[in-house]
Amino acid sequence: MADLVLKDVEKSYGSVKVLSNINLDIKRGELIVFVGPSGCGKSTLLRMIAGLERITGGTLTIDGQVVNDVPPAQRGIAMVFQSYALYPHMTVRDNMAFALKIAKKSKEEIDAAVGKAARILQLDPYLDRLPKALSGGQRQRVAIGRSIVRDPKVYLFDEPLSNLDAALRVATRIEIAQLKEAMPDSTMIYVTHDQVEAMTLATRIVVLAGGGIAQVGSPLELYERPQNEFVAQFIGSPSMNLLPGEIVGTGTTTTVRMKAGGTAVSNYPSQPGDEGMQVNVGVRPEDFLETEGEPIFEGKVDITEALGEVTILYYERVDGAAPVIAKLPGIHKDLRGKVVKLAADPSKVHVFHKEQSLLYRHEPHQKIAAQPH
Amino acid sequence: MNPIIAGLVTIVVGVGGCVGYFYLSNLLLDKVIFPARGENISRNINRANAVRPWLFMFPAIFALGLYLVYPVIGSFWRSLYNRAGNEFIGFGNYQALFTSGDFQVAFFNNLLWVLVVPAASTFLGLVIAQLTDRLSWGNIAKSLIFMPMAISFVGASLIWKFVYANDPDIGLINAIRDFFGLGVIDPMLVPFWNNFFLMVILIWIQTGFAMVILSAALRGIPEETVEAAIIDGANPFQIFFRIKVPQIMGTIVVVWTTITILVLKVFDIVYTMTGGEFDTEILPSFMMDYMFRDDGIATAVAFVIMIVVLPVMIWNIVQARRELR
Amino acid sequence: MDNIAGSKSSLGWAVNITVLVIVVLWLIPTVGLFVSSFRDRDQISVSGWWQAPFAVDLTFRSRAASEPVQQDGLWIYEGNLFAEDAALAQTFGEGSGEITAFGNRGTQPAAYVAGEEVDLGDGETLLVNSDGTYRFTAAEEPRRPPTVYFEAETPPEFTLDNYRTVLTADNMDLAFINTLTVTIPATVIPILIAAFAAYSLAWMDFPGRGLLIAAVVGLLVVPLQLALVPMLRLHNAIGIGQSFLGIWLAHTAFGMPLAIYLLRNYMVGLPRDIIESAKVDGATDFQVFTKIILPLSFPALAAFAIFQFLWTWNDLLVAKVFLPSDDASKVMTVKIADDLLGSRGGDWGILATAAFVSIAVPLIVFFTMQRYLVRGLLAGSVK
Repeated sequence: MADLVLKDVEKSYGSVKVLSNINLDIKRGELIVFVGPSGCGKSTLLRMIAGLERITGGTLTIDGQVVNDVPPAQRGIAMVFQSYALYPHMTVRDNMAFALKIAKKSKEEIDAAVGKAARILQLDPYLDRLPKALSGGQRQRVAIGRSIVRDPKVYLFDEPLSNLDAALRVATRIEIAQLKEAMPDSTMIYVTHDQVEAMTLATRIVVLAGGGIAQVGSPLELYERPQNEFVAQFIGSPSMNLLPGEIVGTGTTTTVRMKAGGTAVSNYPSQPGDEGMQVNVGVRPEDFLETEGEPIFEGKVDITEALGEVTILYYERVDGAAPVIAKLPGIHKDLRGKVVKLAADPSKVHVFHKEQSLLYRHEPHQKIAAQPH
Repeated sequence: MNPIIAGLVTIVVGVGGCVGYFYLSNLLLDKVIFPARGENISRNINRANAVRPWLFMFPAIFALGLYLVYPVIGSFWRSLYNRAGNEFIGFGNYQALFTSGDFQVAFFNNLLWVLVVPAASTFLGLVIAQLTDRLSWGNIAKSLIFMPMAISFVGASLIWKFVYANDPDIGLINAIRDFFGLGVIDPMLVPFWNNFFLMVILIWIQTGFAMVILSAALRGIPEETVEAAIIDGANPFQIFFRIKVPQIMGTIVVVWTTITILVLKVFDIVYTMTGGEFDTEILPSFMMDYMFRDDGIATAVAFVIMIVVLPVMIWNIVQARRELR
Repeated sequence: MDNIAGSKSSLGWAVNITVLVIVVLWLIPTVGLFVSSFRDRDQISVSGWWQAPFAVDLTFRSRAASEPVQQDGLWIYEGNLFAEDAALAQTFGEGSGEITAFGNRGTQPAAYVAGEEVDLGDGETLLVNSDGTYRFTAAEEPRRPPTVYFEAETPPEFTLDNYRTVLTADNMDLAFINTLTVTIPATVIPILIAAFAAYSLAWMDFPGRGLLIAAVVGLLVVPLQLALVPMLRLHNAIGIGQSFLGIWLAHTAFGMPLAIYLLRNYMVGLPRDIIESAKVDGATDFQVFTKIILPLSFPALAAFAIFQFLWTWNDLLVAKVFLPSDDASKVMTVKIADDLLGSRGGDWGILATAAFVSIAVPLIVFFTMQRYLVRGLLAGSVK
């Protein structure tokens, strides 16, 4: 239930800078998801917000107060750890009551808060059990319950679902979404490397890469208007195809002649004089269409995967580049070894500046060095 | 029952004092010196957190410094003085030591102990750990073999008198010799080998320790590596020596060094079994002979022991530092 | 792995038998001590403890208690040797004794075979039957009843006399209490001090931490002997002298490196998340330590407690140096080593009992707590 502002936040270990130039404005009631490849610093950033890691530069403000030097307990935050971090020697009830006992709350107050959280999370029958007698999903709920009890300004989740199996992960994800809905005023920050979690839960997603923010936006913004090649390839599965080409026509639409032959037309406007510029054309596999006319890409299919609702085509590699992937709706038999021409709707064709790997003519938000995956 | 009351009072005072120290000093730090309120709240909290570890460690550092660090230096200094402690004689005591026949015997014996006891205990412990690993009654067997750990060296010496006594009606060894018509001997008088008879006692005690630690290490080996070796056609001996032992080498070394250190501290067995007679003296018992009679010599012996341990100590520190990284 | 196809059961048998042999070998010395502690001192000296369940040929002495009868010019003593003496009657009970040989001189107590009448000269004859009945004849009236020596199969005898002797005589009870007085504070105090230090070294961040850990590891191997002379001098100088206070301090300090090492290794293995979670929950370092770390470190605390208890209980060296050598403050190990092993070197029953008394408490502690010992040690040495 608070606003959170990160201004020029940095983190370095000795001379090694792991995070820099982090600027972020989080509004009350938002669920922000930090997402990025492993080692991108997303957990570190969360731990800096929690106060478990020192902030080495910039300021963190919660509700107008700079909290850089405030210890975790005084920041009004609650955190759900990846490993749950339940106290193994305490019952579920004591686990949830621990923070309140430390804060010397009255017994009635503690009982009421624990009881309420237990009801929300359906933990009533387990209150007197030890954590080791609970299943993974129940432990996860206790960990969440422990944070609810404190009624914090900000909830922090550090990859809370990654220790659960696939089915339970989906169920718990939905529970978290419902929980958020039940507490519309609460501010939550959620770290994950799973883009499905990010897409389904987030109000806004913060994509972190190479020690900085690659892009901030709503899930669909990131999907539809990735600002750089990194985000383009990180969001969506299989990743967006990037095909080299050269601008030949400018105006309200941009025409690119593909290096491997063929032509792509994009709805991105371009400025006159940019003819000859080297670009990468980005098309998501699911946006490709089979065509008989002028293709964006044409090649021999190497492998097909028939999933029923879709068929995924993997093209032969050219010059060691990543193979082009296309996802065609429906069942297509006997395409292996054949040449299939691909085109796409101009609104689904992205154009990236080749050297900077940025969206064409986009102002750099942050220079991105890392390659995805 | 005065001692009981005195003991109880000490327990209460000592333990209470410790708890009180930690609790009150912590309270003092947080509430009085750097209170977590006012305008300097976050600076105060940070300062308190910087001081706190030293507060927690103070008693331990004090005890270690006074009883272990200071003596290392103090002993060395004392060993440079004569018997009465009033005349500086440089390395005179060391010179006297190394020219003394008794010391040479003790030093040689001690080397034997340091080589034989850790090797034998670790090897036996490893073998027993492996053998008992899959037995249904393995835990009982291990408990029984571990049991001597609980017995004092003095008690162990007594126990072994019932094995070594030179009377065939008391000592087991002579009873067996008697049974086969061999003459009665006193194992403690057999030159050279009597050292080994004494070592057997310590091996008997320490094997259990090695076994327990190594057994746990064996359990920690990923089952898959062993199963992979079985499928690769390794026989049980190959599995043991080529798959399991290399994987627990770290633990074996830890056990080995732990026992080595212990060997250099044990004087009780020699003291009670032979009193150092019959060429069975080792450095710790040799030192005890001089203690209170000639502190210069005694501290010099202690320092020789220290130097013998030095490589183990350095190795330990290097190991610990590597782990920290 | 018992399920693996084609594994030979003969190997299993070999392993079982090997382990059995090792266990028996390991137990023999202790069992010997245990059995001996219940045996009569006379029995110990004539047969090994492994023969304890069997009868033993012991020599006895008996003297006719009845008045002689005059008959045919001879003085005749008749009766049963077993019945003449109350102690013998108790040992052998109702007709259970069997005499194998007899004699009339103490130097040759088994000169003659039972059942044969012997001419002792001077007109004296002696007949002793295996059931104990005897007949002694003399030509003149003897001045005193004859003494008869005989060798008889003695049934095995187990007694608590040794325990009575050891526990009551010689201030052994005092030594037992002294040992407890030394041991308990010397176990509890170092645990407390070391636990705080170990927590600092494991979970608090401060400059010089790595150096301190290395120092503790280094001190682990400092030989105790080094400290004895200087510390005793220091104790004398500051007025502690040789006293219980001195030995508590000494044991506390000498146990410290191992305690810190074991506890730190264990604590460092506790999940970081739990400690951070407690901090987020508002716990101070002190609260994290008392409410989270201490309860979770129980196995390591117990392991060290057992080690330190066994070490201080069994210690001879430190006790000899830091405690006064008068009887009032001797601990059991000193008492056994100095008094019993010295002056009573030949009394095996007493020795065995004393040893067993001294190891009984550690053994009980050990067997009740050993599962913690293993668990607590593991974090420290198994990587």
